[in-house]
Amino acid sequence: MPAISFQSVSKIYPSTRSQTGPGVRALDNVSFDIQQGEFFGLLGPNGAGKTSLISILAGLSRASSGRVLVHGSDVVTDYASARRKLGIVPQELVFDPFFTVREALRIQSGYFGVKNNDGWIDELLLSLGLADKADANMRQLSGGMKRRVLVAQALVHKPQVIVLDEPTAGVDVELRQTLWQFVAKLNKQGSTVLLTTHYLEEAEALCNRIAMLKQGRMVALATTSELLKAASSNVLRFKIDSELPKAIADKARITGRIVQLPAHNANEIEHYLSAIREAGLVAEDVEIRKADLEDVFLEVMAEKIGVTA
Amino acid sequence: MTGWQTLFYKEVLRFWKVGFQTVGAPILTAVMYMLIFGHVLQDHVKVYDTVGYTAFLVPGLVMMSVLQNAFANSSSSLIQSKIMGSLVFVLLSPLSHWHWFFAYVGSSVVRGLAVGLGVFVVTVYFGQPSFLAPLWILVFAVLGAALLGALGLIAGLWAEKFDQMAVFQNFVIMPMTFLSGVFYSIHSLPPFWQTVSHLNPFFYMIDGFRYGFFGVSDVSPWLSLAIVGSALLVVSAIAVNLLRIGYKIRH
Repeated sequence: MPAISFQSVSKIYPSTRSQTGPGVRALDNVSFDIQQGEFFGLLGPNGAGKTSLISILAGLSRASSGRVLVHGSDVVTDYASARRKLGIVPQELVFDPFFTVREALRIQSGYFGVKNNDGWIDELLLSLGLADKADANMRQLSGGMKRRVLVAQALVHKPQVIVLDEPTAGVDVELRQTLWQFVAKLNKQGSTVLLTTHYLEEAEALCNRIAMLKQGRMVALATTSELLKAASSNVLRFKIDSELPKAIADKARITGRIVQLPAHNANEIEHYLSAIREAGLVAEDVEIRKADLEDVFLEVMAEKIGVTA
Repeated sequence: MTGWQTLFYKEVLRFWKVGFQTVGAPILTAVMYMLIFGHVLQDHVKVYDTVGYTAFLVPGLVMMSVLQNAFANSSSSLIQSKIMGSLVFVLLSPLSHWHWFFAYVGSSVVRGLAVGLGVFVVTVYFGQPSFLAPLWILVFAVLGAALLGALGLIAGLWAEKFDQMAVFQNFVIMPMTFLSGVFYSIHSLPPFWQTVSHLNPFFYMIDGFRYGFFGVSDVSPWLSLAIVGSALLVVSAIAVNLLRIGYKIRH
């Protein structure tokens, strides 16, 4: 039985008063399974439908058609059972200002009917570096600390499936490491993890399999290593002070002075370098590196390649 | 505790932690009414032959506080947690719409009764009413608080902004409580306004509640019970159904 099964999920948001037409199609017939024990990445640019998909999984939103199962439980018709198996870390940094960290965690346990949970709550506080904040009011915590509490709240009922919706957006290095160590440990112990993130190096390092969404459609679904193989195998990277010739600028990813060009073979590399020389420019710090997930992501989003396995 | 009991407990803890504002302030307001109206009107207003005006005013003020605070509890909790985003913690839980309903309405009843008891304790000093039928007192206090708690639930789900909530509170709840016979017997009104008052369900809550103290009322307590009970059923059915479909909370 898959941990999560998305079956032909579509979501259409009704058009607002200022718009006419059929409404916005946020998800278009998305289907895939996540197996138990996977560390699965869901990637896509803003507005691709990642959060819509997770909201439907969480029961915060309802699919216009299709259905979602968590360990076989339908998230609409059998929502209580589905939600007991799910631990969701929401994207927004939300908190209840009336309570302390420990109270918030006890209350969250109680919603799930988990009694005498202080042992696990203490372990969560310790693992997430919150032990000294247990009796602090939620309002007094910094953003990073609030994020840790959100993670603890999602895990308080020991869910089999952990969903992290952009958990590291605006989070410092220390918390990222604490968080990933802890989540990786839970994954090793058998929990399934579904992660959305904009940090592609994180997804590359952590996820065994990845789906990519674009404008509500699934454009890639494969293991991380298959995805890496599918892209241009190499990238030519250099620094330059002037504007690139038009012919190669269109293919380049430019970040300030740094230029990166996808290259399949030595001829292409020669072609790029000679175009620069003919334009009378000088490339510095030239190197050739292996393509990473960010290169794959950009190629998939430009629809140069499609990867499904 | 089971799931809904935890939500109920959380909702009680929420208002109790800011008790100065949620319980203390309405008690002070009621004392102000008592001082001013009781002092000004004691010798001018005659309600029932056997009951002095201040003694008449005590149950009215108690019930008004019960109703207003029961409404304030569920409505403000919902609108705040919707705007803060913290409602997500309840939305992600396995609690059913019935669990939500009993937790939110139950905690509203607790807040309403806590404030009502407080108002009674401090206002009884000004004019001691009798307790002819204590069971009626309890029945109307609980039913009235539950009705307003359920109404607050609907308002909290419906409102998207604090000013929409203020509209509901100031243009619906306040006029209906003030025009329900808290400060007067509706027999002292001109016939037209008597008829209008009979259309106000709040009138029956206060009239029935007052019957429990004095054994006299404008209409029979059984009629009041039937009307308040029916209103509670209708409003509860709407509230439970809105929760079931996730009205404005699950998109």
